[in-house]
Amino acid sequence: MRVEVDVPKCVASGQCVMIAPDVFDQREEDGIVVLLDDRPAAELHTDVRESAVICPAAAIRLVEEE
Amino acid sequence: MKRVLVVGASAAGLAAAETLRREGYGGAVTLVGDEPHPPYDRPPLSKQILDGRWNADRLPLRGRDELDALGLDLRLGAAATGLDPAGRTVALADGTEVPYDGLVVATGVRPRTLPGDPAGCHVLRTVDDALALRDRLAEGKRLVVVGAGFLGSEAAAVARGLGAEVTLLEPAPVPLAAAVGEDVGRVLSGAHLGHGVDLRTGVTVTQVTDGGVLLADGTSVEADEVLVAIGSVPNTEWLESSGLPLGDGLECDEFSAAAPGVYGAGDVARWHNPLFGTAMRIEHRTNATEQGMAAARNLLAPEPEARRPFAPVPYFWSDQYGLRVQAYGHLRGHHETAVVEGGLEERRFLAAYRRGDRLTGVLAVGIPPKVLRTWRQSIAAGARWEDAVGRAVPTA
Repeated sequence: MRVEVDVPKCVASGQCVMIAPDVFDQREEDGIVVLLDDRPAAELHTDVRESAVICPAAAIRLVEEE
Repeated sequence: MKRVLVVGASAAGLAAAETLRREGYGGAVTLVGDEPHPPYDRPPLSKQILDGRWNADRLPLRGRDELDALGLDLRLGAAATGLDPAGRTVALADGTEVPYDGLVVATGVRPRTLPGDPAGCHVLRTVDDALALRDRLAEGKRLVVVGAGFLGSEAAAVARGLGAEVTLLEPAPVPLAAAVGEDVGRVLSGAHLGHGVDLRTGVTVTQVTDGGVLLADGTSVEADEVLVAIGSVPNTEWLESSGLPLGDGLECDEFSAAAPGVYGAGDVARWHNPLFGTAMRIEHRTNATEQGMAAARNLLAPEPEARRPFAPVPYFWSDQYGLRVQAYGHLRGHHETAVVEGGLEERRFLAAYRRGDRLTGVLAVGIPPKVLRTWRQSIAAGARWEDAVGRAVPTA
């Protein structure tokens, strides 16, 4: 799985950080998403998918790779 | 369960459909929406779409490929008109009937309107609404915004940024007071004055006319365009003869269920949130997704005992004049507010909200995300006010 974030779309809700803190963080000054790991380990995939669905700005896109 | 029908193809309906698939449901999923557009995002309508930074092609919530991969029977431009609970079918405006074994109601809300609907009178709910208003806003245009809630405030801020002459009319003495309290409402609405918006409170509009609006005191305000932003009405008319419990929206229990096999999600659904011990209907973006997901999971539960209560900490944000307002929890009906970080005058603060002896919400402007998340945790944990804020609950 490869994770992409559309930074201009991010609304700094922090939902992704609460669900997958090993993959996402927020900038201290404005809360905009920081991608920590664009190829997360398999055991994190469920949380990352949950983050992508729940993101209120649809700013997280996942590219599934075989 | 062979067939699930999701009525409403916006954020909540899409989340429900997507979650059914993610949870491994392989039966038929029909997703019905009254708008002709595939699921799209609404918060940018009063922000990036209205101010012209984005074109409408940035709004879809999923790409064509992602929608296709869900294997949905997607029926767009087809409003639901009735529900037959005995026959388990939903009638659509195009004359077809869709059978279901499981149903998710996510038909959202529509804008409340005022008498009079001349050309130049706008509401702001759909992408078509937003584009129509955007086309009419320009330097020197006179815009009257009726209602200084979050939507009206955002639109006023954007229109001012485009050089329009904006008059913002609000019936309450302090805008947003019912939602966020008087002190915070005063600070947020104060930003309008600093940006040259003519904010008038305690003003009731009775009618929209060709040349502006008519007020309850008999006077009028002239305008080229009028935006009516006075709240919303849940779209439940199609359920009126269904026997489903209707009040302020579709009434659901703590599992987001309105009846066996029938769940509500998003703006249309009022449900009992066990975290706060009260019923609520939330018209915010994040709740739509979370409730759509919860509804789908509970619908798929093999037996009723496997269902999980929907007990979220609601969240919303608003952008006005470059300020980002963020709030967690249930602020409405609070008994007290306290500023616990920063200060209201600096427009950098965190306000905590008390109901009974509990911390039930926070609202912040310009506060670092880690600080906010810590407060959210306290709300989720049901923290007592005294422990979280460090002050005894007033006895008065």
